[in-house]
Amino acid sequence: MIHAKELVYEYDKRDEEGNVIGTNRAIDGVDIDVPQGSFVAVLGHNGSGKSTLAKHMNAILVPTGGTMWVDGRDTRDPDELWNVRQTAGMVFQNPDNQIIGTVVEEDVGFGPENLGVPTDEIWKRVEDSLRAVGMIEYRKSSPNKLSGGQKQRVAIAGVIAMEPKCIVLDEPTAMLDPNGRKEVIRAVEKLRKEKNVTVILITHYMEEVIDADQVFVMDDGHIVMHGTPREIFSRVDELKTYRMDVPQVTMLAEELRKRGLDLPKGILRREELVEALCRLR
Amino acid sequence: MSIALEHVNYVYSPGTAYEKQALKDVSFEIEQGQFVGIIGHTGSGKSTLIQHLNGLVKATSGRILYEGQNIYDEGYDMRKLRSQVGLVFQYPEYQLFEADVLSDVCFGPKNQGLSPEECEARAKEALEMVGFPEKYYRQSPFELSGGQKRRAAIAGILAMRPKVLVLDEPTAGLDPKGRDEILDQVEYLHKETGMTVILVSHSMEDIARYVERIIVMNHGEKMLDGSPREVFSHYKELEKVGLAAPQVTYVMHDLKRRGFDVLPDATTIEEAADEIMKSFEKTRSSK
Repeated sequence: MIHAKELVYEYDKRDEEGNVIGTNRAIDGVDIDVPQGSFVAVLGHNGSGKSTLAKHMNAILVPTGGTMWVDGRDTRDPDELWNVRQTAGMVFQNPDNQIIGTVVEEDVGFGPENLGVPTDEIWKRVEDSLRAVGMIEYRKSSPNKLSGGQKQRVAIAGVIAMEPKCIVLDEPTAMLDPNGRKEVIRAVEKLRKEKNVTVILITHYMEEVIDADQVFVMDDGHIVMHGTPREIFSRVDELKTYRMDVPQVTMLAEELRKRGLDLPKGILRREELVEALCRLR
Repeated sequence: MSIALEHVNYVYSPGTAYEKQALKDVSFEIEQGQFVGIIGHTGSGKSTLIQHLNGLVKATSGRILYEGQNIYDEGYDMRKLRSQVGLVFQYPEYQLFEADVLSDVCFGPKNQGLSPEECEARAKEALEMVGFPEKYYRQSPFELSGGQKRRAAIAGILAMRPKVLVLDEPTAGLDPKGRDEILDQVEYLHKETGMTVILVSHSMEDIARYVERIIVMNHGEKMLDGSPREVFSHYKELEKVGLAAPQVTYVMHDLKRRGFDVLPDATTIEEAADEIMKSFEKTRSSK
């Protein structure tokens, strides 16, 4: 679905007068392959290049080296631009910057309307997408009366209404409270299961990636770790060198291992830890 | 030496269609030197509450006493209050505006009427306090990384040498290491200077790790007020209002239900690990 080969993105560094004083390489030889319908998480510290990578997935940025294919389409091909954008929808950090309608259902209908979808079909899609994110009862509400988690789910519905095969979420929960974070992650999970949408999630919350099929860790424009959540989170010390963390449950298990309990590495969920401790008793 | 709120009410746009009571009869007292966390769902009144602490928003009714004096008294020196109760807003880096970091941090003390030399000394002291690298002092604040911008913005408040530091989600959007660095630095400042710190956060894990007291806000009212252990033992009520306990607290409750001899109120990894190890030692010695 998303396939990058030796992807490079360089941009010019300029001084105050706008003269080029050098180049920065934000992405440096990245290879990734995301199968249709899978859930992929990208971790990395501020400035590691993960948002730049995400912006390549719907051709907001195009590579300066290597190739990015979205559903088989080269994102550098100008004739494919709209197809690429329709294939991969993006959701950003701040819900307030993404909502434009004065009524929830109008906001969600904006995308398909722009695509020239017939009116009847638009309303059907609006209803479907609001249902998918659990926001149907708010269809007539004003977005500014909603909580952060609700707004973010409306933003996701707006993307879903364009029927993309892939949805890229760039820190969608960074500004939300615990409940809002849960709502958004649940809505995304549901979309993947029910609509087989490919999900790419960029986040700083380690707990949100434990259900991912693959996790990529980025540092300085490179992919430095790649594996299942269990593989990645069993490498606690290595993760910390990349300014990352592990879920609190994993950290507790690690601490107990250090104190002599014979627990397996890479425990991710609360139930797993409790079961493992029960077996030791 | 304290900040006290007495029956504070705040109503937005009274008499209009948008009228909304954002704070309802809120009372509490924070002693000088406490490290307090404020939690609550989006729209629970946290941000409105902290804007009352330095007089940015005026209560519709009720009193606020700073060091025993009612800040709403006629002739009260609001300017002084604002330099003593320093407020760091969410995403404070959006408020950086000077040509270089040092000038930006000087802005607060300059407004306090200090001489340029004093301002610079204060700014350097503040930047050092937040662990901001000296080599970037003359750089434009817009060229810094997310974590460094955040530090520069916090330094801008510290340069006024406040007695109370109020931080509204200081780690939002930072990577895990960046979160730890900022909060460790705040904890260090609190210990070194005896400054009161009031931390608003959506991370229950961070709150549990750093603060000694938690105030929980819900729909404009104070819902709970106590130590992390006390507050997070009400995890079921917290969930009903959009919050949660730290993950380790849930693990402890699960273990308790499964027959482990543990006190379930641990809120940090260390506390939980201590309690689990204790229970294993007990079973071993009884065998």
